Amino acid sequence: MTKEEAWKVKVGLAEMLKGGVIMDVTTAEQAKVAEEAGACAVMALERVPADIRKEGGVARMADPKIIEEIQAAVTIPVMAKCRIGHFAEAQVLEALEVDYIDESEVLTPADEKNHIEKHQFKVPFVCGARNLGEALRRIGEGAALIRTKGEAGSGNIVEAVRHIRDVIGAIKRLTTLGDEELMAETKNLGAPYELVREVAKTGKLPVPNFAAGGVATPADAALVMQLGAEAVFVGSGIFKSEDPAKRAKAIVVATTHFKDPKKVAEACKGLGEPMKGLDIKLIPENQLLQIR
Amino acid sequence: MRVSEGNPVGILSLQGDFEKHRQALAEINSPSKEVRTVEDLTPCSALIIPGGESTTMRKLMAAEELDSAVKKFAESRPIMGTCAGMILLSSKVEDSTVEPLKLIDMTVRRNAYGRQIHSFIDTGRVPMWEDNSKLEMVFIRAPQVVSYGPAVIPLATLGEEVVMVRSGKILVLAFHPELAADRRVHRFFVEEFIEERKGIPVAL
Repeated sequence: MTKEEAWKVKVGLAEMLKGGVIMDVTTAEQAKVAEEAGACAVMALERVPADIRKEGGVARMADPKIIEEIQAAVTIPVMAKCRIGHFAEAQVLEALEVDYIDESEVLTPADEKNHIEKHQFKVPFVCGARNLGEALRRIGEGAALIRTKGEAGSGNIVEAVRHIRDVIGAIKRLTTLGDEELMAETKNLGAPYELVREVAKTGKLPVPNFAAGGVATPADAALVMQLGAEAVFVGSGIFKSEDPAKRAKAIVVATTHFKDPKKVAEACKGLGEPMKGLDIKLIPENQLLQIR
Repeated sequence: MRVSEGNPVGILSLQGDFEKHRQALAEINSPSKEVRTVEDLTPCSALIIPGGESTTMRKLMAAEELDSAVKKFAESRPIMGTCAGMILLSSKVEDSTVEPLKLIDMTVRRNAYGRQIHSFIDTGRVPMWEDNSKLEMVFIRAPQVVSYGPAVIPLATLGEEVVMVRSGKILVLAFHPELAADRRVHRFFVEEFIEERKGIPVAL
């Protein structure tokens, strides 16, 4: 395959995930619950973000044994997280043949300056972004899928909303600029010029754009989908709730039928307690995951 | 039936790359619409079941009673399925993870080439297109045609493998024409299945 074909295949899987829900799971049993609920993929990790936040310590890539158990338990794609800049963890995940690698701010960064050079991997990468500049830098490094960072493990949708509005607002703004203004804007964004030009011309990101970080209810999923997200990652929101199977299914339904409030209302009924959630303003700044 | 604004091509939009199919149809000036409910399906001149996760789509179809509606729809109107769509339209899925709609007499194997790292693009052949039988084919965690019944006509190959077949008004592909630039597959579906301009194509 040529470089262009390899890229098309990476973005291609992200296209297949659109309109779906990708669920964080820590065991094979949870993966089965997710698949049964209609997840279009699962994300294998050692602890869900809410627990990472609570327990502290260094959060790393999941145990390969757990990843293999999850791969054996389900037939849908299995993603896994590596630490930002930790290309050796990414190599391990590629050797395990995970379907997507999330170079994730939820884990403790391994490199505070550099992200992984992702073009050199055959397995595609997803990365988080808070704004358009960050999204385009990650795409420049080879991310084939972008998700908002939100604030993982908070159960609070406010940050994901901020990030998706920022990205989409900045894209709209770019399309209104003249060619002569694009270089200055490139400098503001801190993004590769070629990608800035492409977005200005097409009015959308060159890769799919999903929402993540703080989704806890079906209505949260419907909200980010209406704001322009093309699929939804749910982390702690499912398995930290009272009835994970029921809630997982409801979030899948709300993501598909996000334009139909009656169906979302139906999905929201009688789900039991959602995860408790945190007020972002009460999280000390040095404990925010999104600034990583 | 003519494809029109009133009778657009429906794209099953429960999950998957339905938007890419809509873009492909827009490029050949065929109106399309997203189908998420039985009501959405009613006016459609045909249906496309896109790529995506067949397990997810199957569950959402059942919840909306779209499985029985699609079976009924197939009695009078054409359906195209790509990748997951092929799995859903088949009569048998080898590992029984998905209960198919049984609209075409064939057995398929899910994820036959392996995980994403084994996804690929290659050039296959469509012999009925005599002027240029080469076609770029995108395979993403793709299924394989294991076997098919006597009424099924093979239309395209990749090496030794059959990757596109038809039977009556059903057309299925293991690959993703919507992800490539060539629009001949969508044109073929619209012109010969929906609008029936030429009749049954010649087999391999």
